[in-house]
Amino acid sequence: MMRAVMALWHREIVRFLRDRPRLVGSLLQPIIFWLLFSGALHGSFKPGGMDYGQYFFVGTLAMITLFTAIFATITVIEDRKEGFLQGVLVSPVPRAAIALGKILGGATLGMLLAIVFMLLAPVAGVSLSFDGVLLGLAVLAVLAIAVTGLGFTLAWVMDSSAGYHGIMMLFLMPMLLLSGAFFPMETAHPLLSWVRFVNPMTYGVGALRHAFQGPVAGVPSFTVCLLGTFAFAAATFLLGTFVVTRRSARDAV
Amino acid sequence: MTDTIAVSAADLSFSYGERLALQGVAFDVPVGKVHGFLGPNGSGKSTLFKLLSTLVPLQRGRVSLLGLDLATQAAAIRARLGVVFQSPAVDKKLTVRENLHYGGLLLGLSGRELALRIDAMLAAANLADRARDRVEELSGGLRRRVELAKCLLGKPELVLLDEASTGLDPAARRDMWAVLRAQTGITVLFTTHLMDEAAEADGLTLLDQGQIVAAGRPADLMREVGGQVLEIEAERPEQMLGELQQSLAVTAKLVEGTLRIEGDTVHELVPQVMQRFGERIQRLQLAHPSLQDVFLHKTGKRFVVTEPDAAPRKGRRKRS
Repeated sequence: MMRAVMALWHREIVRFLRDRPRLVGSLLQPIIFWLLFSGALHGSFKPGGMDYGQYFFVGTLAMITLFTAIFATITVIEDRKEGFLQGVLVSPVPRAAIALGKILGGATLGMLLAIVFMLLAPVAGVSLSFDGVLLGLAVLAVLAIAVTGLGFTLAWVMDSSAGYHGIMMLFLMPMLLLSGAFFPMETAHPLLSWVRFVNPMTYGVGALRHAFQGPVAGVPSFTVCLLGTFAFAAATFLLGTFVVTRRSARDAV
Repeated sequence: MTDTIAVSAADLSFSYGERLALQGVAFDVPVGKVHGFLGPNGSGKSTLFKLLSTLVPLQRGRVSLLGLDLATQAAAIRARLGVVFQSPAVDKKLTVRENLHYGGLLLGLSGRELALRIDAMLAAANLADRARDRVEELSGGLRRRVELAKCLLGKPELVLLDEASTGLDPAARRDMWAVLRAQTGITVLFTTHLMDEAAEADGLTLLDQGQIVAAGRPADLMREVGGQVLEIEAERPEQMLGELQQSLAVTAKLVEGTLRIEGDTVHELVPQVMQRFGERIQRLQLAHPSLQDVFLHKTGKRFVVTEPDAAPRKGRRKRS
């Protein structure tokens, strides 16, 4: 089974590296976002007294994992449409391996792009400690698995790329916006403030803040954030495996 | 089920919601034979293929593939199965060799064994000089050969082909079958709507509206219709039908505006038909029966394919 997982994982990486527009877009988009937001809000917005560029640095890392997951898992729909998935489904590979290979592939891409972005931290005036980076990478890995698992699950049950994009914008963008990645949530409207606690991305972004910036006001404790992120990853991974292992007439489409 | 039977199906039915796609289908295919399933759009052959390839679960009936029960041993069946879909299952962004490499890994092959198998299949499919090319750079015929090479990589005992030659020109189709026929001992099941391809099969099952309408060796099926078929297109064919039967004492049928007479000595009727009805006849054709005639004989309607096995739409997804 692990051989099949590795094959599917490796294919994701190879396809990504060969798709130049996707590669360039994935690398530049978070940098441009960070430059625009931190530049525009530099003088006017200092969450917790912190420079916005530093604050949004962690948010950008979360955004990278989320956006990479979206674009990586959309290949599930493409694979189905192009017939590649049918070929995998009739091979002797356990279906759980398909979920594992795809999720690990997407998560790896998210991690790679996040690492590239982290290399720009000194240029951006963000100081990172060695311990913080190691801890942050571990959290990023769990968060990347979580969001890729979610993207995979949604992509598996979706018919079209356009529909998938619609669902992504409907659910995942609000998840990111309400996670504290772009702005602190503790002063938000009471209703939104409540929503952030049921938003699993809150814990992922919170864990990243703890790892890279230490305790931040309004963010749950590191332990709670870690537990929340692990639970998020476990839930989406199991959900992804569940939808894949159900054999139904739709597999043949 | 015996050692000589590769595939056996009994009382096989399948429905998509309210729509019955297969109904009471039963057949046996001996080991080492090439067996075709011929039918027009919506006849159920693609549904049958999806069932046999383990893509969809059985709803009703029993199927045994290579002595294994499809309902309970699908995973074991997949290990001995090679499948070529109508839509390509190769990755266009990868090279030919990479496609075979990943395909081999999914089959549990690795290392030197995999490398040797890839080389052997590249040679068998005459693709060795294109191994480093990306699949998106290949023609449709070459892509189909990549599919076949990938399908045969794991030395399957049973190969399933779903409209695999659709869209291929005759030369590419011949290439595909040459690669397949070069493999010894494998059983091949294929679906098609191409008469000439179906006629090459060792055994053939004709499907219409989810049911088997005829089965046997293609030559036997054609012989059943009769030695000859006379088709006549004429003005007022309904009126001419009665006149023909009365004056020539023959059994004729009117099918979609065309008069048909089947039999072993139909050619003897031609002079009489021309003498009596010559002025009204627009077209007259005498031929040996084809599989088209078999289908028409069994169902009373012509075999029409509007596009490559376009699936009827039902619910949210396309199925056939």
